[in-house]
Amino acid sequence: MSDYFFSHGPYWMCFLVLTLGLYAMLLKRNLLRKVIGLTIFQAAIILFFIIAAYKVGAGVPVLDKVAGAEDAEQYINPLPHTLMLTAIVVGVATVGVALALLIQIHRNYGTLDEDELRERMKS
Amino acid sequence: MSEHLPILVLLAFFGGALLMPLAGLVHHRGPWLTAALSSALAFAFALFALVDVAVHGEVRYEVGSWAPPMGIELLVDPLSAFMLVVLAGIALVTLVHSREAVAREVAASPVLYYASALIMLGGFAGIVSTADLFNLYVFLEIAALASYAILGANGPRSAVAAFRYLILGTIGASFYLIGVGFIFISTGSLNIADVSAIIVEIGAPVPVIVGATLMVVGMLVKFALVPLHQWLPDVYTEAPSSSSALVAPLGTKVAAYVLIRLMLDVFPGDGIEDALYLREGLAVLGAVAILWGSVMAIPQRNLKRMLAYSSVAQVGYISLGLGLGTFYGFVGAILHILNHACMKNCLFLVSSNLETRGKGVLIENFNASLRKCMPASSAAFAVAAISMIGLPPTAGFFSKWYLLLGSYQGGHWYFIVIILISSLLNAVYFFRILERMYLGEADAQLPSERASGSALLVYPVVVMAVLLVVLGLGSSFIVSEFIAPILSVF
Repeated sequence: MSDYFFSHGPYWMCFLVLTLGLYAMLLKRNLLRKVIGLTIFQAAIILFFIIAAYKVGAGVPVLDKVAGAEDAEQYINPLPHTLMLTAIVVGVATVGVALALLIQIHRNYGTLDEDELRERMKS
Repeated sequence: MSEHLPILVLLAFFGGALLMPLAGLVHHRGPWLTAALSSALAFAFALFALVDVAVHGEVRYEVGSWAPPMGIELLVDPLSAFMLVVLAGIALVTLVHSREAVAREVAASPVLYYASALIMLGGFAGIVSTADLFNLYVFLEIAALASYAILGANGPRSAVAAFRYLILGTIGASFYLIGVGFIFISTGSLNIADVSAIIVEIGAPVPVIVGATLMVVGMLVKFALVPLHQWLPDVYTEAPSSSSALVAPLGTKVAAYVLIRLMLDVFPGDGIEDALYLREGLAVLGAVAILWGSVMAIPQRNLKRMLAYSSVAQVGYISLGLGLGTFYGFVGAILHILNHACMKNCLFLVSSNLETRGKGVLIENFNASLRKCMPASSAAFAVAAISMIGLPPTAGFFSKWYLLLGSYQGGHWYFIVIILISSLLNAVYFFRILERMYLGEADAQLPSERASGSALLVYPVVVMAVLLVVLGLGSSFIVSEFIAPILSVF
């Protein structure tokens, strides 16, 4: 059991960060903290793909003339990394849109706290 | 030309979005015209695709000439072509109608509004035409980000609603992405056909099951199936009326498309669906959604909010149809995607007219003066309402009929009862409005909808209302020619 736990250490770490981000997104009362939770959540997903792509003893996927191309074990699969470059761009855009909406909310209601916001939206 | 079909609809939308700043410089109505023209072009391409696919079969397109499974592939098959026609058609009608509503309600420049709207539509078109799981995520986020922008453009209240949608929508899309990660780890591929073939070979190990679960749950958030529907009523109520008319018919339907694609193409056989209890879950949650959405729609005082809750219920019909797992269940669900898109679009366009020319969208203010001064909009509302209730010969009757057949085919009599009860509930909340429109006393005169410049407000609504009857009368043709080929697995 402990063997299983330690051999998957990075995944547990990733899962922890993921939960942390999800917690902040759903349960924090301040809207800005929700956005911070969102970035943590997305960072955890990026970590997940990168951890999954890691191979012990493998190097960068540039053709090594000595090693040749026969042994795929010598190279890391670069696809997850490129996918995550796209995911990072998507994440930045999401945070941008979220902050733009928050600026508009703060200009009109003067608060980003969810309870106060609900009060002020009633009046 | 037909070998380039899959990318043409995308190019029409994204090209229009790119031309938008230029159009804004040329004339103050340039952005509206560009949006309408590029969606007309997209609609023409989509119709061409529908016919071409029906005659010659599916079209595959290797983006950048990189052969799949390494490269990204676009695929237009009967299901994609069907969805492309639905979304380009709704886009065309709504964007033509939107000129006055956008000028009145959106504070930002129309260049930004229409560019975002076209990017969202391009994202939707990308979702339905891609054959790559990760590419689907990217298009999902493109469409979602643009939709937050156009949904939050109606002042601070809509910004709050759009922000809540952003948080939940991002969680949904991210769950989908994690699911794609699990599938990729297990199969080493992202191409839908390739993934499906590899899963047949390796069986369904635990990571594939986990990945499938996460993808489905993520899509259910976008699909707004009870209990993940909380974001929907606020967003549709507060958004600018033209954004509601654009997003309400299409946003949840695209998520429905992804679910259908996952069930029919990505997960081979029944193994994964059985492991997830996917069909049972969709059917039961769909039934709950039908009842809950209909009951919640009855006491609403705001027409747009009532329509939003009715959307929650209608999503339930689609989910129920998918969950039945029978041929007629799928036919009903796919036909209901088309029919509900047209009905909801018609109803939201009328509510937009009420905001622009009538007395707003509070139901207590409706009375017979609406019928006198806005006869075309009122009549269109009546037709769409009758279709929502499901009376023949309107379109809504036929999708419910196929759902009933599907329930009967699967031997689930209790779903038949639920569909009939929900029709009665629909009748309750729509007749409440029709009564005010057609039986009440008229009071003060409203400006007539025949006033100058109103043609753009009236014709799209009338076209949608006529289309509801035409779709109803032609539903057996649609089912046999366009929906049956989608379901060749049965």
